[in-house]
Amino acid sequence: MEPMIDIQTSVNGANLSARVPARQTLVDFLRYHLELTGSHVGCEHGSCGACTIRLDGDIVRGCLVLAAQADGAAVETIEGLSDSGELADLQATFHARNALQCGYCTPGMLLTAQALLADNPAPSREEIRAYISGNYCRCTGYQAIVDAIESVAAARRGVIS
Amino acid sequence: MKPAPFNYIKPSSIGDALAALGEHPEAVLLAGGQSLLPMLNMRLVAPSHVIDIGALPAMNEVSIADGWLRMGALLRHCDLAASPTVAEAAPLLQAAARHIGHPAIRNRGTIGGSLALADPAAELPACLLALGGRLVIEGLDGERVVEAAAFFTGTFETALRRDEILRAVEVPVLAPKYRSEFHELARRLGDYALVGLAAHGQIDNGGVHDLRLAFFAVGDKPALAVAAARSLEGKSLSEANIAAAVALLADDIHPIGQPGYGERTKLHHCGVLVKRALSRMAA
Repeated sequence: MEPMIDIQTSVNGANLSARVPARQTLVDFLRYHLELTGSHVGCEHGSCGACTIRLDGDIVRGCLVLAAQADGAAVETIEGLSDSGELADLQATFHARNALQCGYCTPGMLLTAQALLADNPAPSREEIRAYISGNYCRCTGYQAIVDAIESVAAARRGVIS
Repeated sequence: MKPAPFNYIKPSSIGDALAALGEHPEAVLLAGGQSLLPMLNMRLVAPSHVIDIGALPAMNEVSIADGWLRMGALLRHCDLAASPTVAEAAPLLQAAARHIGHPAIRNRGTIGGSLALADPAAELPACLLALGGRLVIEGLDGERVVEAAAFFTGTFETALRRDEILRAVEVPVLAPKYRSEFHELARRLGDYALVGLAAHGQIDNGGVHDLRLAFFAVGDKPALAVAAARSLEGKSLSEANIAAAVALLADDIHPIGQPGYGERTKLHHCGVLVKRALSRMAA
């Protein structure tokens, strides 16, 4: 018998109740149960950052949180943050700067970049690299991602780059 | 991979958590889960029950009493890094926090989880050893306190019994003229340490006193370089004195090599970190 747990959680602002396997990770719950497939599953042990989501306002690894642990919490995913327009300038600049190729890391990269800019509106390139050190990109070599984040940071501060 | 099936228990008090631990001999405790979840996902562990203590009340507080900084075991690494109290009373811990995983990991991982797991490459066990910290442990028959030097006993091995819960961590409040340095080598920031050093000592009248050099990722548990540190007692941190201390590291530290990273290279890197730490301490 698969042990099941009842949870109540808010996902992208919508309250929902669900019965989940005790062993199910939060990112699998989002992808399989809610069909929110924007959060990707890469390594499943916290190294790659492709599954980055927000839990009660903080970025976390969706593969390192159980769905059961999201009981009573607020979850935000790339779908919600994309629809709300919160990431619009980051998304447009990643596109303009070729800061993605296959796109697998991009949702996690965008959420991490947004968390960085909330913490530090004027990061140096070194600080950008340090902050995204937990998000693997196998296509771009990071240069264009750092360019994009740096440029959005400048634009948000009203500096033309 | 996905975890093997387990039962999930979320106790509402530390007493209930201890009772659940006693009841289920194959259970594990879940705090922030940033080490346990990878181990579950890779099926390195397959417990019968996961006891989620992550939301237990009053276990993430930071306070100062009788010259000791006390931190609840459920304090997250991000809160450790951001706490002004920690910054003032134990700057070593704050310096170490930014090396623990990545921002998304630090938002969930807890200091108690890291200490109770005792990964040989973990930052905080070495910091506790350098600072002369102690661990407050709760069991069904009450509380006991264990010195850091006696707590870490081997790879993923501690003095914590399986029916006990680490409740809090305490370190002495930074004394006058004491300074700390934290240095770590890793292949990328936040990755497992290749080798690391937590250094702590007093700089007074141009000399160093009570120096502690605690290395991690060198063996099965954090290790103090006793001879190297003692050789500097009362001396100035001149280039020559530091070099003489570095030469003694081979007596103190016996690193365990790994493929592509042998003992001699590791020992050399230990010396590099000592030079970096002590020259900054002297500045």
